[in-house]
Amino acid sequence: MENLNIFIRSIFVDNMIFAYFLGMCSFLAVSKNVKTALGLGAAVTFMLVISLPINYLLETYVLRAGALKWLGPEYADVDLSFLSLIMFIAVIASLTQLVEMAVEKFSPSLYSSLGIFLPLIAVNCAILGGSLFMQQRDFPDVWTACCAGAGWGLGWLLAIVAIAAIRERLQEYSNIPKPLRGVGITFILTGLMGIAFMSFLGIKL
Amino acid sequence: MASNNKNLVTLLNPLSKDNPVIVQILGICSCLAVTAKLEPAFVMGISVIAVLAFSNVIISLLRNTIPTNIRIIVQLVVVAGLVVIVNQLLMAYQYDVSKQLSVFIGLIVTNCILMGRLEAFAMGNKPWPSFLDGIGNGLGYALILVIVAFVRELLGSGTIWGFQVIPDSWYEHGYANNGLMILPPMALVVVGCIIWIHRSYNKELQE
Repeated sequence: MENLNIFIRSIFVDNMIFAYFLGMCSFLAVSKNVKTALGLGAAVTFMLVISLPINYLLETYVLRAGALKWLGPEYADVDLSFLSLIMFIAVIASLTQLVEMAVEKFSPSLYSSLGIFLPLIAVNCAILGGSLFMQQRDFPDVWTACCAGAGWGLGWLLAIVAIAAIRERLQEYSNIPKPLRGVGITFILTGLMGIAFMSFLGIKL
Repeated sequence: MASNNKNLVTLLNPLSKDNPVIVQILGICSCLAVTAKLEPAFVMGISVIAVLAFSNVIISLLRNTIPTNIRIIVQLVVVAGLVVIVNQLLMAYQYDVSKQLSVFIGLIVTNCILMGRLEAFAMGNKPWPSFLDGIGNGLGYALILVIVAFVRELLGSGTIWGFQVIPDSWYEHGYANNGLMILPPMALVVVGCIIWIHRSYNKELQE
């Protein structure tokens, strides 16, 4: 039950885009049409789901203060938490490269449709942000981390698909002032959607 | 002389014509979250300038020895190392501000400005122009950060840098702070408006 709560919370209440504004760069750049938005969203979700549990294990058994106790009592007061940032980003960057190779080998069609987005994911702040929030929140076990990752990923997917759909319509049906076209209006739109998503804030699950 | 001019362009262009935030659309994430108050925005700006300038120099020095296959990992490690140093310095000397900035100092690592500039400039240029490019882009970023934070703090809390600037007599006559301004979505709208103003002066940027 607890995990389901965290999953739902991560999608709506703690939405990566509308509550924390993480992963904005690719969000703004790749939201011109729904199809590519879906592809990128799926890739981000996938990366969050696998990188969060791995980073969680790393944090619990290697990095946290006293985490190295399983090596023997003399390691009990080692605190490596200052290394966590470098470790997390290294895990994410190498995972991205691994996933890229795996997808290329086993599913060339998916690879060609995701192609350019895969390497971009390494620098998507939503992924590193997920790991950093995980560190702050002290999740009880690895399944919780997995659920939170899935929730954050799906929330991000939801947001980018929604904004891409709106932008597709905007291009056809509206007459926006010239200087505001493209990026400007997308910013304002995202802001308005963020205000709408804030209505989830008070909800306790 | 010619090279001097080029360096000046490298330094000054990112302030307006080629601004990383409102023209290149890089580094938006952190720009939105830390701008509710002027002070954290200022500290964030300084941190990004420092990290960007030094990572540009380091990558530029290494640019001929990095194998292209693993360059992203190398770049990330250099940047992450610098960010850890900045983070520890902030915790030591500016503990309150570093608490407010929370994960966003860490997220400088994935700030797209860094990767963007490293890929686009430092990988192909000598250390000194790279350094200037880093300073210029960092300044451009900090400029937008400070403008957004100024507007939000003035309208949202009636203060600038923590000092009250809206006189008490206004409040007595029914003036109220716009609480919406403190919330993150308004940062997006403010940046949207800055883009609007900027592009109506720079017609060549319009789409």
